[in-house]
Amino acid sequence: MFKSRSLFHIAIVSGLLMACGGGNDEQVVNVYTHRHYEADNELYRKFTDETGIRVNVINANADELIQRLQSEGPNSPADVLITVDGGRLNRAMDKGLLQAVESEVLNANVPAEFREPGGHWYGMTYRARIIVHATDRVKPGEIKNYEDLADPKWKGKVLVRSSEHVYNQSLTASMLLADGEEKTAAWAKGLVANFARDPKGNDRDQVKAIAAGEGDIAIVNSYYIGLMLHSENVEEKKAAESITLVFPNQDNRGTHVNISAAGVTKYAPNRENAVKFLEFLSGATAQEVFAGTNFEYPVNPTVPLSETLVSWGTFKKDNANVSEIGRLNDQAVIIMEDAGWK
Amino acid sequence: MEVTAPRLDCSVIKNRLKKRYIWWNGWVFAAVLLLLVVCTPVFTLLTHLVSSPGTHWDQVGPKILDSYLKDTLILLVGVAFFTFLLGTSSAWLVSSYEFPGRKYLEWLLILPMAFPSYMMAYSYIGILEYTGPVHSFLRNSLGWEITGPLIDLMNLPGGIFIFSITLFPYVYLFARTSFVSSSREIQDAAALLGASPVRTFFSVALPMARPALAGGIALASMEVLNDYGTVKYFGLNTFTTGIFRAWLTLGDLDSAIKLAAILTTLVLALLWMEYYQRGNKRWSSKSGRTVPPHRICPSKPVQWVFTGVCLLIVLLGFLFPFSQLVYWAIKTAHKVIDASFGMIVVKSFSLAAGSSVLIVFMAIVLLYAVRVSGMHGMRYVTRIASLGYAIPGAVIAVGIMAPVIGFDKWLLRVAPLDGKLLLSSGLFMLLFAYLVRFMAVGYNAIDTGFQKAGKDINDASRMLGFNTWHTLWKVDLPLIRKSIAAALLSVFVDVIKELPLTLILRPFNFHTLATKAFDMATNEQIAESANASLIVILTGILPVVLLNRIIRKSH
Repeated sequence: MFKSRSLFHIAIVSGLLMACGGGNDEQVVNVYTHRHYEADNELYRKFTDETGIRVNVINANADELIQRLQSEGPNSPADVLITVDGGRLNRAMDKGLLQAVESEVLNANVPAEFREPGGHWYGMTYRARIIVHATDRVKPGEIKNYEDLADPKWKGKVLVRSSEHVYNQSLTASMLLADGEEKTAAWAKGLVANFARDPKGNDRDQVKAIAAGEGDIAIVNSYYIGLMLHSENVEEKKAAESITLVFPNQDNRGTHVNISAAGVTKYAPNRENAVKFLEFLSGATAQEVFAGTNFEYPVNPTVPLSETLVSWGTFKKDNANVSEIGRLNDQAVIIMEDAGWK
Repeated sequence: MEVTAPRLDCSVIKNRLKKRYIWWNGWVFAAVLLLLVVCTPVFTLLTHLVSSPGTHWDQVGPKILDSYLKDTLILLVGVAFFTFLLGTSSAWLVSSYEFPGRKYLEWLLILPMAFPSYMMAYSYIGILEYTGPVHSFLRNSLGWEITGPLIDLMNLPGGIFIFSITLFPYVYLFARTSFVSSSREIQDAAALLGASPVRTFFSVALPMARPALAGGIALASMEVLNDYGTVKYFGLNTFTTGIFRAWLTLGDLDSAIKLAAILTTLVLALLWMEYYQRGNKRWSSKSGRTVPPHRICPSKPVQWVFTGVCLLIVLLGFLFPFSQLVYWAIKTAHKVIDASFGMIVVKSFSLAAGSSVLIVFMAIVLLYAVRVSGMHGMRYVTRIASLGYAIPGAVIAVGIMAPVIGFDKWLLRVAPLDGKLLLSSGLFMLLFAYLVRFMAVGYNAIDTGFQKAGKDINDASRMLGFNTWHTLWKVDLPLIRKSIAAALLSVFVDVIKELPLTLILRPFNFHTLATKAFDMATNEQIAESANASLIVILTGILPVVLLNRIIRKSH
C-alpha cells in the first residue's frame, strides 16, 4: 500500500511535470483548431522547421472554441482559429472574434471564392458533400440532385448522420439559400420520411450501412471515401469500392462544399506569426499534404490533386456565398428539428 | 519503564472537551472556504437561471418532454434494472456458492468498470459492424447472406446494454460486500433455521443489501447522466446532448443552463427518493467478528452452470471488447506510438496523480472539520461538496469558465501581468473542475474510513492534550490509511477516464489519453484510438484489482 512519503513524491514529481513547458521568449503561434488529423501535426512540425516558430494547439469542436474565444475576450492567447466549415468561421466573424488580414501571398494562393472578401478568413481546403449509392441497387443517373433524395420512391433507402453535425447544417443552409424556406422545409420532411434508419454514427458508418444492405443511398463527405479506399481494413476498402459517387446538382448550382478555413483572431498576441502560419498553410508544401494524405481538395490552384481525386473527375462547385450560408445556419437547424431529423 | 497516565476527573474532562470542540475553529473555517469554492459553478449557474430566458428556449423547451426526458428516463430505468440484475446475481453466486473458477471470476467481474462507456461503445460497434470480424466471418467464410446489421446497438436498447455492461460492477461490488460481511451472520442463522439458499437470498440477504444496492445503482445512474461520448455516438437525445446542443450548436448558454438546472433537479429528486425510501433501514454486523466464508457446494452440473453465467458476463463485459481493442492496438501501434504519444501518457498520469492528491487532501480537510467541530449539522453541510458528481461535466465546465476568466480579467485591471490571463491559461481551471466533479469520490471513501475508525481514539488523543494537527497526523490518518489509498486510486482512475471537462478546459498542447482517444474516434479513426484507450483501461484495471484485494483483506 502507498506510504505517505511515496505519495508526497508523486505529488512533487507531478507538480514539476506540470510546471514544465512554460515560459521562455521563443516565437510561438497559438492555434485553436477543429481539425484533428495526423497530417496536420506533420504540417505544424514543418512550419516550425522552416520558421522557428513553435505551434501551440488546442483541438476542439468549433463551437466550443468560439465559446472559449468569446469568454476570453481581449486577453485570449489564441492567434488563429481554424474550422472545418466556413459557416462557423463566419459565426466567429459576426461575433467580432476575427480581424481582417491583408497579405499578397494569401491573395495569390487562395482564390477569391475561398476567402472572406474583407480578409477575415481564408479557406485552406474544401470537401464536397456528395451522394453515394450502392452500385448494384441504384441505376446510374437516377439521382442527380440533393433535391431528388426527398422523392418518395427512395422510402426506407436514405442514410445520413445526425443533424447535429455541422456538415448537414451547412448543406441544409445552402438549400435554404437556393430553394427558399418553404421548399427546403418540404425537402427536409421528405428526406426524413425516406430514412432507412434513425441517423447515427459518422460518415463512414453510412457507407458501411450501404454495404450491409441497410439502405441504398447516403450523404457523405468526399474525403472519407478517399480515406476508406486507402484503409488498412480490407472490409472497409471493399465497402467503399461497392458504391458509386455522385457529385450532385451538376446541371444547376453545383455540389455543396465545406470549406475548412482559418482566420486570425481579433486580439491575436502574435499577429505576424499568425499571418505567416496562414501563408504557410496556403502554400504549395502544405497544400500537397492536405490533398495527398487527407483526400481534401486544396484551395491553391497550382497544387496538383491526388490520384484518387483525379479519378473522381472534376465537378462544378456550388459557389454560394459562404457568409450567407453561415448566417442561415440557425434557421437550418430549426428546419431540421421541425422535420424530425435527429 | 512505568508510564503514569495523568489522572483526570470528570469535570476536567468535560471542560477540556468543551474547549476542544468549539464549533468555530481553523478547520471549520477552511472547510467552509472550500465549500464555497466548490460550489462556485453551481452559484454561477443559479445566477444565470434567474437572469434571462434563453433566446432559443422556444425550440429547446418543447423537446424536454418530447425526447430529452423520455430518452433519459428510459435509459436510466433500463440501466438501473440491468445493473441490479447483473450485479446482484453475480455477487450472490460468487459469495454463496463454490464453483470452478470462482476465485478468478470474482475479480474478473469487476474489470468492466475499467472501461469508460464510450470506449466500450466504440469497441462493440467495431466487433459487430459490417466491416468487423463477426460480420466478415459469417459473410466471407460461412457464406451467409446477411442484410443489415447483425445486432443493431445504435439505439436506446443498445445504449442500455453498453451502460449496463460497463456499470454493473458498481452494484456488484456493493452487493458482494454486503453479502459477505454485514449480512453474513443472519444468513447463517437463516440457513440454520432451515431456509433454502433461495429463500435466504430473497428474505434475508437481498433486503439487507438494499441500501448498498441503491448506492451502487445511484452511482451507475450518475455515470449515465454524465456520459456524452456514448449517447452522442449512438444518436440518443439525452439531457446531456441537449445541453451541448443548446449551448454550442444554438449558441444559447441560458437555455443550456436551464436544461442543466432541470437535470440537476431530477438527480436531486432521485437521490432524495433513495434516501427517503431507505429511511433508517441500515444494518450492520454488531458483533464485529469476521466469519470465514463457507460456501455451498452444489452438484457438478449446477456448478458449471454458475461458472457459465459468470463467464458469459465477463466475456461480454470485458474479454470481447478488450480483445477487439488489443487487436486494433497491435495493428495500429506503428502509426500511433511515438515520442509525443509517450508525452501524452506521462501528462495524463501526472495530471491524474496531482489531482487525486489534491482532491483527497481537500476531502480530508472537509471531513476532519466535521470531526473536530462537534457540530451535528456539519456533516450534512459538507455533503454539499459531493454534489458535483451529480452534475454533468459539460455543465461544470460552463460554471467554472465564467468566474475564473472573470477573476483573471479583474486581476489584469488591478495588476497588469503583461496582458496574460493568469489562471485560465494553465491547468488551474482543469484541476478546479476535477475538484468539483470528483470531490464526491474522495469524500465518500474518506468518510467511510472515518466512520469505521470511530471517534474514540481521536477523543482520547485530544484529551491527552494533543492538538488537532497532531491528532490528525498521528492518530486519524494512520487509522484511515486504507481508505486514503482507496480514495486516491478511485480518483486517479476517474481522472484518467474523464472526457467532457478535459476536452473543454485543457490548456494548449495538452492531450490526455482520453481526449486523444476521443479525438481519433470522432475523426473516424477508431482503430487508431485503441492504443490510448487500452492504456486508460489497463490503468483502470490496476486499482480495481488492488481495491478488490483491500475488500477481501478487510473480511
